[in-house]
Amino acid sequence: MRILIAKPGLDGHDRGAKVVAQALRDAGVEVVYTGLKRTPEEIVAEAIQEDADVVGLSILSGAHLLLTRRVLDGLRAAGADDIQVVVGGTIPPRDVEPLKALGATAVFPMGTPLTDIVAAFKSRSEVTR
Amino acid sequence: MKDLKLNAGIPVKPSYGPEDLAGRDAGADIGRPGEYPFTRGIHRAMYRERLWTMRQYIGFGTPADTNARFKHLMAHGQDALNVAFDLPTQLGLDSDHPRAEGEVGMVGMAADSLADMEEAFAGIPLDRVSVSLTINGMAAPITAMYYAVAEKQGAAADRVVTTPQNDILKEFIARGTWVYPVDPSLRLVADLIEFSARHYPRSNPVSVCGYHIREAGCTTGQEMAYGLAMAAAYVELMLARGMDVDDFAPRISFNFTSWGQIFEEVAKFRAGRRLYARMMRERFGARNPKSWMFRSLIGGGGSAFTVQEPENNIVRGAYIALAAALAGAQTMALPTYDEAYTIPSAKAQLIALRTMQICAEESGAADTVDPLAGSYFLEAITNQMEEKILEELAHVERMGGIVEAVKTGAIQAEVARQAYLFEQKLASGEIKKVGVNCHVGDRPPEADRGVELYTFDPRVAQAQIAKLQRLRHDRDHGAVAAALGRLTDEARGAANLMNPITEAVKSYATLGEIAGAMKTVFGEHKEPVKF
Repeated sequence: MRILIAKPGLDGHDRGAKVVAQALRDAGVEVVYTGLKRTPEEIVAEAIQEDADVVGLSILSGAHLLLTRRVLDGLRAAGADDIQVVVGGTIPPRDVEPLKALGATAVFPMGTPLTDIVAAFKSRSEVTR
Repeated sequence: MKDLKLNAGIPVKPSYGPEDLAGRDAGADIGRPGEYPFTRGIHRAMYRERLWTMRQYIGFGTPADTNARFKHLMAHGQDALNVAFDLPTQLGLDSDHPRAEGEVGMVGMAADSLADMEEAFAGIPLDRVSVSLTINGMAAPITAMYYAVAEKQGAAADRVVTTPQNDILKEFIARGTWVYPVDPSLRLVADLIEFSARHYPRSNPVSVCGYHIREAGCTTGQEMAYGLAMAAAYVELMLARGMDVDDFAPRISFNFTSWGQIFEEVAKFRAGRRLYARMMRERFGARNPKSWMFRSLIGGGGSAFTVQEPENNIVRGAYIALAAALAGAQTMALPTYDEAYTIPSAKAQLIALRTMQICAEESGAADTVDPLAGSYFLEAITNQMEEKILEELAHVERMGGIVEAVKTGAIQAEVARQAYLFEQKLASGEIKKVGVNCHVGDRPPEADRGVELYTFDPRVAQAQIAKLQRLRHDRDHGAVAAALGRLTDEARGAANLMNPITEAVKSYATLGEIAGAMKTVFGEHKEPVKF
C-alpha cells in the first residue's frame, strides 16, 4: 500500500499535506510527498513510477476542479485509472459532489478531522488489496 | 490540578507573584516605552500620539476589481493598503502562461505589467497612502512597477512609503512562492533593500515574516526566533555589500501573528523587541536608535480560525485585535471570518476593519502604553519567552544557520513536525477550539453555514489575458528586447539588478518576461522535500 500526497497547481501552502503525510506514516502507510507546484502530468508520472495505490491531492487555491480533472484524465490516458484519487484542502461544500462526479473517490473539505482522513485512506487500501 | 502550557512549551502556574521576577533587573529588562530595549513598545506615547495603521489584505480578480475594493474600504476608514497578488504573479508567470490556467485573479490580483499596477492604484495618491505589497520571489520587479507608478503620478521619491514583503527565506520555509535558488533569491532581496535605501528613503524594503511560519505550524518561540534569525541574515547580506547598518536597518520591518492566547502573544512581542534591540545594537553595532526598533505589522493568524461555525471567528478576531493592541502593533490586519471558505466578501472584510476600529476607539486598549506591564504573570512569561527564543535561536545555529537550514530542508521539517504535534493536541483536547473539539452542538448542514461564497468569473482571466495580449502588441518591441537583454547580461555579473529591472518595467516588459530573463541565468529552485 503506497500513497502519493501531491500538491498540484501553484499554491505553496503545504501544512495540510505534510500533516496528512505524517499521520499516514504513523498509521503504517507508505507515503511519498511530491513537494510543491507539481503539474498534473508530473503527478500522474510520479504516481505510476511510485506504484501508488492512492493519490491524495492537496489544493488550497480554489483551482481544485480543474486540477483534479487534469490528474484524473491523465491517469485514464496512461491506463492507470486503478489508482484512486482523493482531494483535500479549501474545498467549499458545494464542490464536493462535482469532484466526486469527476471521479474523485473521496473529498476532505477543510475541517475534516485527521482521524477521518487516515481511516478513509486505510479502508481504501483494504479495498485496493 | 491540570497542567497547562503556553504554545511555546512554557508551563503556566495557577498564579504569579513577586517571587517570579526575582533575580531580574526590571530597569534593564523592561525600561520605559520608547527607550532601549523597547520591551514596552517602540514609541513613548504609542497610540495616544498615533493609532496603529489599519491595513487589511486585499486583492482579487483584475486590477480594476481590486482598485474598487481599495476605495470601498478607504471610504470606511481604512488608512493604508496591503495588496494580495494572484499566484501566477507571485511566481513570475504571465496570465496566459499554461501553468496560470485556473489561477488568474483567484487568490489575489493579477499584475502582468506596469499597466496593471497603474490601474490598481488609479486615483490613489501614492505620496499620501502607504501600501504593503505582499510579494516575495517577485518583489524586485513588482516594487519597481510600484515605484514607476508613483513616479508617473508625480509623487516625490522621499514621500513614497511602500513595504514590499521581500522575505524570501520565509517563502522557502513556509509559504512556497519561491522561484529562483536560494543564493540568487537572496541577491534580489539585497538588491531591493540597497536600491530602496538609496532612492526611496521612507520605503520599508523588507518585512521579515514570522507570521507565515507560524501559520505553517511552528510555536510562538520559534516564530520569533526564526524571524530574528532571518532579520540577522538580511543584515549580514547588506553588511557584506559594504553598507553601514544604520543606512538600511531603520527601514527593516516585521510581520508577525497574533493567534489567540492574549498574554502569550503580548509576551512574545515584548521579548522579541528586547532581543532585536540588543542584537542590532550589540551584535551589529547600530548607533541610530531607529535601527534598534522592532516595528511590526501584527496580523491575525487565519489558522486560528475555524470552518466550523464561522461566525465564531468574528469573536476570535476581536481577541486577536486586542492582543495585537496590547502587544504594541504599529500596523494591524485581521483575517476575515469567511477566509477558510472563500475569497473574502466585502461584508466580511468590513467586519474585520470594524473589529480593529472598535478595539481602537471603544475598548480602551489604546489609551495607555503597554498596559499589562508590571503584571507578575506577564513579566514572568516575557522573561521565559526570551529564554525560549534564545534556545530556538541556538537550535537554528545547530542546523547550520538559517540559510543553511533552509537549503537542507531541516527547518521546513521542524515546522511540519510542529504542525503535526499541534493536530495531535487538537485531537486530544489539550488545545481547545470551541465548536470544534468542545461544546459541539448540532451542526447545520455542510452547505449552509451562512458564508457567501465568492464565485469565480472566468471572464476575469479572459479580460486579463486580452489586456496582456493587447499590451504585447502595442508596445515598443525594440525597447523591450533591449531592456530584457541588458537584464540577462547584468544577472550574470554582480551588479544591482534594480536598474535593469526598472528599465524593463518602464518598457512594459511583462512580469513573465522579466522573471524569465533572470531565470535563464539563475535557474529554478529545487525544493528539499522533507516532512
